[in-house]
Formats: sequence, C-alpha cells, structure tokens
Amino acid sequence: MRLIDTFFNARVFIETLPLLWTGLLVTIELGVFSIVLGLVLGLGLALLRLYGPRFLQILARLYIDLFRSVPLLVLLIVIYYALPFVGIRLSPFAAATTALTTVSGAYTAEIFRAGIEAIPRGQFEASMALGLSWRQMMIDIILPQAVKVVIPPLTNNCINVMKDTALASVVAMPDLLKQATQAQALAANPTPLISAAVIYILILWPLVLLVSRFEKKMKVGTR
Amino acid sequence: MAPIISMKGVIKRFGQFQALRGIDLEVTEGEVLCIIGPSGSGKSTLIRCINLLETYEVGAVVVDGILVQEDQSLQAVRREVGMVFQSFNLFPHLSVLRNVMLAPMRVRGLTMLEAQKRALELLNRVGITEQADKYPAQLSGGQQQRVAIARALAMEPKVLLFDEPTSALDPEMVGEVLDVMRSLAQTGVTMIVVTHEMGFARQVGDRVLFMDGGLIVETGTPEKIFDAPQEERTRNFLKAILQH
Ligand SMILES: Nc1ncnc2c1ncn2[C@@H]1O[C@H](COP(=O)(O)OP(=O)(O)O)[C@@H](O)[C@H]1O
Ligand SMILES: [Mg+2]
Repeated sequence: MRLIDTFFNARVFIETLPLLWTGLLVTIELGVFSIVLGLVLGLGLALLRLYGPRFLQILARLYIDLFRSVPLLVLLIVIYYALPFVGIRLSPFAAATTALTTVSGAYTAEIFRAGIEAIPRGQFEASMALGLSWRQMMIDIILPQAVKVVIPPLTNNCINVMKDTALASVVAMPDLLKQATQAQALAANPTPLISAAVIYILILWPLVLLVSRFEKKMKVGTR
Repeated sequence: MAPIISMKGVIKRFGQFQALRGIDLEVTEGEVLCIIGPSGSGKSTLIRCINLLETYEVGAVVVDGILVQEDQSLQAVRREVGMVFQSFNLFPHLSVLRNVMLAPMRVRGLTMLEAQKRALELLNRVGITEQADKYPAQLSGGQQQRVAIARALAMEPKVLLFDEPTSALDPEMVGEVLDVMRSLAQTGVTMIVVTHEMGFARQVGDRVLFMDGGLIVETGTPEKIFDAPQEERTRNFLKAILQH
C-alpha cells in the first residue's frame, strides 16, 4: 500500500495534472516544430548532397556527418549557454528547436538520400526523355516515390525527436519532464514523474506500433 | 531536304572502353530506321546519344536543326524526341491515364482537360482504354509497353526512339506491341527502332542498319541487308540469328 501511495498517489496526480498538461503541450509543440523543420532541412541537404555543385555537396556531407556525431545534449548546452558569449541569446524554446532541428535534419537527409537512390535509373531517364525539367522530375516523379519508400525510417526519426525533446528540460524549458520534476518537488512525491513517463509512452507507443506494421508490410512486399 | 537527325563522328567511351567508335548517321524525316546487331555492339548507346541520355566525348548530334548539348535547348530537343525503353519505365505511382497526361501538361502547357482528352485518344489508339484508371503494376508487360508508347506519343514528338521494345516481353505479347509500332510507322513519324525482330525490320523498316563493335558496319534497304549483305560480319550475324 505504501508503494502505491508513493508512486501512484491519486491525489497528487489530480493536483498536478494541469501542470503536466501545460508541459505536454510544450513538448508536443517543440517536437512538431522540430520534426517539420527537420524534414525541410533534411530534404534540402539530401538534394544538395546528391545534386548540388561540388563544393556544396562536400559541405552538405560535412554537415550531415558532423551533426550525426555530436551528442544532442552537448549541442543543446552549447547553443543555450555558449552562444550568448558571442552575442547570440536564444530563448529556451528557440534553443531547443534549433538543436533538435539541426540534428534531425542531418538524420532525415540521410534517409531521403537513401530513398532517392533507391529509385531506379529508368525513372530518371523516362522523365528526362519526356522533356521534364529537373525540378518537375523531382517533384512529380522521383520524390513521391522516394518518400513512400522512407516513411518507416522517417517515422522512426519522429519518435527519436519526440523523445529527445525531454532534453530541453536542462535549458529550463517548461516541457513535460521539467513540469513533472517541478511538480514532484512541490508535492514531495514522485507520482508526477511516473505520470510523465506514462504520458511519453502513451504518445509514442502508437508510433512504435506503426513502424512495426510498416516493417512487417515491407517484409511481405519483398518476400 | 535536311535530315531530321544527323550524327557526326560520335565517339563514346565508358572509361577506357569505346562503346561508339565514330558514328556518322543521317535520318530523314518520316523514315523508319531499324538498328540490328549483336548484344553489346552499341545500339542502345547510339540512340541514347540522340537525346543525350548518354553524353559523348567527341562528335555532334543535330536534331531538327538544334545542336544537342547540355543547355537550355536540351529540353526543346527532348520535347521532340520520344523514347520507348526495353523495361517500359512507366511511373508506378501514377495511374495509366496520369502517366500519359503528365508531360503534355508540364512541358507543353496543356490544360488538364486537353491532356486528358489527348491521353484517352492515344490509349484508345494503343488499345488500353479499359485500363486507364489502373496502375502500371496491374497491367501485363505488353499493355505496359503500349502505355509507354502512348506516353511518348502524347508529346507529339517528331522522332520516336525504341530501344528493344519487345525484348522484355513474354513471347505471346510481342505481337500486340509490334502491331502498334507498325501502325505508327504509317503515320509518317520518324522512327529509330533497335530490335531483334528481324521480321519487323524487314517489313516495316525503310532502312536497316547493322552495328558491330561500336561501328556502323552496313546500312541499306531491308532487301539489301537481309538478302544480299555485303559485309562478312553482317552475314555471320544473320546466319547466327536465323539458326535459332
Ligand atoms: N553504363 C555503362 N558503363 C560501362 N559500360 C557500358 C555502359 N553502358 C554500356 N556499356 C558497354 O558499352 C557497350 C555497348 O553497350 P550497348 O549500347 O548497351 O549495347 P547494345 O545495346 O548493342 O547491346 C557494351 O559493351 C556495354 O558493356
Ligand atoms: Mg541495348
């Protein structure tokens, strides 16, 4: 009974629910922003890396490798605590979005690249032979097929970004985790933390199941 | 009359290997030219140089008065040169109708309704009306290739290039594709057809060209090439083919 009172205290749960709710909204906002911006950035980087002028190809590649190597937490702390020394002062939300987008962009770039490279040469040749411009070929023919191929890894990346939003609590971002730790301090009871963990799971589990479904379908498709 | 296609001294290398070793060729408007020759002799490479799907080191290709090169004029050339591939290369994410409609809308600026009307006419002409709303994967090989022909025709090109259009087909489907090509030949469109179908080359071709080792060995009327070949290599190739 003491265990339940400590970890699953109903009174504490109900009292801290509003706080957790505001935290959840921040977490979702941060995640969605970063995911969308990361997709745009990743697509741009992938196209540069594949088709850009030589030096931009090299830059894109450098970017992709660099930001897949740096730990997200380190990047976040650099952006929030180190950049002010050179006069760049970002709000917690801006710092967190920047860090998440920067890294997510690097990963999605590699995902998009793999997707584009999986499209058979014949699709490019048929498009060119019809007189489509490069832009038309990409928008009408190549990208729709490439995106379809990479929906599972892209979903996986979304899951990772959503999870990583929790790191933003270290730069005083009032996200779900931060609100939960605060609520715990106020209530002198760990129930809010447990609730936060459950909420993360409830959001992400469906996405995890979705990825598994994709993977099963792919296996059936390729046999 | 000026030729609609003219190739002068075209040399194409893949690394050290010369796939085309100096090609000079003129094709007149309305001509049906069939290209035959052993596998690896450079037939595909030759026709792919015409619309610059393959770049070449030496030589020049002029299509309808435009020098084919990597600049703004390239799309203008490609608008006038349709291509049908051995492996169809239909767009799998678009319906049959959309496959045919896309380029006229994007490149020729047709409205959706105009493009649809033209596409339905062409699908009717190649005998695919029923399947307009299906996706390429739902069609047989022969049907897919006929859609690919309709897709090329939708751009109203002056020249049609065919790269072994029946080689990937089951034998029972070869006929339906050749029939469509035969009726096309009568419309006066210029056609260059790489093929192993000697019967088609003989009946439909105005001229037959035999290639070997990256060179044009011999060219002439079907009668001349099939009944009285001048070159040893042509004779050996035809003998080998006819034995099968
Ligand atoms: N992308 C390529 N890279 C290297 N070699 C190639 C390539 N494409 C064609 N070749 C070579 O060029 C020669 C001519 O090829 P191709 O034009 O396809 O012959 P054909 O169509 O007459 O069978 C062949 O020896 C082939 O191996
Ligand atoms: Mg070939």
